[in-house]
Amino acid sequence: MNLLPLFVIMPLGSAFLLPVLNRLWKGFPSWIGNIATAFLTGLSFWVIQYAAETKTFAVGGWSLANNIPIGIIMVMDGLTVLMLLVVNFIGFMATLFSVNYMEHYTDKGKYFTLFLLMIAGLNGVVLAGDLFNLFVFLEITAIASYSLVAFGVGAEELEASFKYQVLGGTASAFILLGIAFFYHATGTLNLADATNVIAGKSGSPEILFIGTLFLVGFALKAALMPFHAWLPDAHPSAPAPISAMLSGVVIKVLGVYTLIRLFFNVFGVDTIVSFKEILLFLGILSMVVGGFLALGQKDFKRLLAYSSISQIGYVIFALGIGSSLAILGALFYLISHAVFKSLLFLNSGAVVYATDSRDLNKLGGLYQKMPVTTTTAMVGSLSISGLPPMGGFWGKLVIILAAIEAGHHILAGIAVLISIVTLAYYLKVLRMVYFGVLKKAFQNIREVPFLMCFSMIVLAILSIGLGILLLPQVRDILLGPAVQVVENGIDYAKVVLGG
Amino acid sequence: MIESQWVFVLAILLFLIGLYGVLVKRNLIKIVIGLMIMEYAINLVFALIGYRSEGTSPISFNGAEQNAAAIFVDPLPQALVLTAIVIGLGTTALLVSFAVRIFEKYDTFDVRKIRKLRG
Amino acid sequence: MRGMTLIVKCITQLMAPSILVLGIYVVFHGHLTPGGGFAGGVLMAGSFVLLILAYGSDKVKSDSFKNRASLLESLGIFLFLFIAIMGFLQGSFFKNVFNEWLPGESGELWSAGIIPLCNIAIGVEVAAALFAIFITLAVLKFGEKL
Repeated sequence: MNLLPLFVIMPLGSAFLLPVLNRLWKGFPSWIGNIATAFLTGLSFWVIQYAAETKTFAVGGWSLANNIPIGIIMVMDGLTVLMLLVVNFIGFMATLFSVNYMEHYTDKGKYFTLFLLMIAGLNGVVLAGDLFNLFVFLEITAIASYSLVAFGVGAEELEASFKYQVLGGTASAFILLGIAFFYHATGTLNLADATNVIAGKSGSPEILFIGTLFLVGFALKAALMPFHAWLPDAHPSAPAPISAMLSGVVIKVLGVYTLIRLFFNVFGVDTIVSFKEILLFLGILSMVVGGFLALGQKDFKRLLAYSSISQIGYVIFALGIGSSLAILGALFYLISHAVFKSLLFLNSGAVVYATDSRDLNKLGGLYQKMPVTTTTAMVGSLSISGLPPMGGFWGKLVIILAAIEAGHHILAGIAVLISIVTLAYYLKVLRMVYFGVLKKAFQNIREVPFLMCFSMIVLAILSIGLGILLLPQVRDILLGPAVQVVENGIDYAKVVLGG
Repeated sequence: MIESQWVFVLAILLFLIGLYGVLVKRNLIKIVIGLMIMEYAINLVFALIGYRSEGTSPISFNGAEQNAAAIFVDPLPQALVLTAIVIGLGTTALLVSFAVRIFEKYDTFDVRKIRKLRG
Repeated sequence: MRGMTLIVKCITQLMAPSILVLGIYVVFHGHLTPGGGFAGGVLMAGSFVLLILAYGSDKVKSDSFKNRASLLESLGIFLFLFIAIMGFLQGSFFKNVFNEWLPGESGELWSAGIIPLCNIAIGVEVAAALFAIFITLAVLKFGEKL
């Protein structure tokens, strides 16, 4: 299937060409960045038709010998198609937004180069069929995002990015150590091949040790609760489209997707002792602590960052329950949170673009001057709090129903409570930023330019209409194959190797 | 494989020393050095895993395909170590340039004083 | 930074070209001896850094050095991607096309298809990148135009 490398070649090639073409004409970076992400979005819409089958691509033409892969394989199954769609679509919206937003920063050429490298890395992580390619693309994404967080080189951005780098570097070190012991234990790095080997020796102490190392490393990347220390500093300091990408896409691909791929498909979630309980515990912890810490924030984007921790807790909690309905809820909430959180961060970017301030006490009454921003912010906030009939309501409903069905009544009650807390702090944000009295300093602001409004409106329409993905006919196209892949568990090996 | 398992223990000890440096030390540059030590320790573990006794470097010559597994050491970890070294180089270069820029803004390398973001 | 004494300058004049040639040798023989693109690239960059350390950084303070290094780096990595895409001609990404068209004996210099060309591209890229990192960190001061 020759399309698969295109997802990685296209952004890499554009990223390498940009520094050369930047000297010719200053307008090149915006055009090339947007054309590349638009092309990738079209391509990821086109591969939805292949979601139900698993397509593989052997790099270099090295085909399987005796059903053992001797080369690098890129794998695309239902879960991959879902993640590709999320990554490329939100990336396209972010590049549209940054055409006008990055006028306030110094160098658009470098910005779009790093952004395209990040997109290439994210696509590579999702398409990787063996552990080492996963690690290399993970590092590409991480290094690009370290530089992008500190793009406007003020004192706070540098400090936030340094903290992010140290913790991210430690996480990568743990993951690499896990890969080393993984190779020692199984003798292969290919995910499908290793599944067959691990199935023979599950439950042994070395598999447990490798699982723990991977859990610590990827939980640090996903900002789950005990390992969340970098997120409230890194996400507010980044420019707004990068915050949208980081919070909406990167922590999901680098953290949640890799956890699913490794623990559900390779290790087999029923064989490692009590792994689901660990996920359940981490999810509840992130939900509760993230939600309560967000109540007391005075900085607009810092509140949104703590809210991200809380909502990712929902997804991990649903994965920890593990039934078919719960996995459907987890994957649906993954997509919908990507859409809402990007919308909310883009809104905060529009506010910063117009007023240059992020302090909740200083803003107020912006609805008179910026109607588009206010409307989309209202849609996004109500949707993430779970009000019907917006998309977020259906996701939380499915998760809570799955929790009750599995017998965790107390935990379902806690989930409902945190949903109310979410509604509380989003109403606080709406009241303090958009409604109320317009301060004297902001009498002359205007609505943001057209391209920024366009991305916000598209995301708002999506967040209202996302519920249709759960209808039975539409579900079989996109969400159904993804859930099937996660549920298949260890049968991933048979599907990939063509057994 | 290596006969004695103690070599692995020493490599993990090096990893723990690097982790101690990242967690405890207060100077920015010492944190960077701790991270570098962690990466070197992992490269060492990788190279040790691929060792076979009485083996030689894995460059094929004519007539070598018969019992390749007995003659050569494992080449796969060597490729991985090469890639990991390059990644470590990129990470370290970025960290060091950030440390230099932070010094120009804050006038100190002490982590306890670089705390403008809190809450 | 200031340059060093006359003795150091004379010895560096003799050593730096040898180190550069050693780096090029390691790059070209990457498929026969240990080394390859990355190690050879580091050696090549090392020879330039040695020259700057010995003679002082006054001659490299202009902008054009960093621009040229950046350009070489982008071209090098783009050449690598181009070689990989050429594999599509024979049916798969990164396929070793030259091994089919112009094969050589194994153990000779001209063998193993596209691997020497990839090594050259990576060597150029790594040397240019490390040189640019060195100039940015050690030679240009903050506030100077990057």
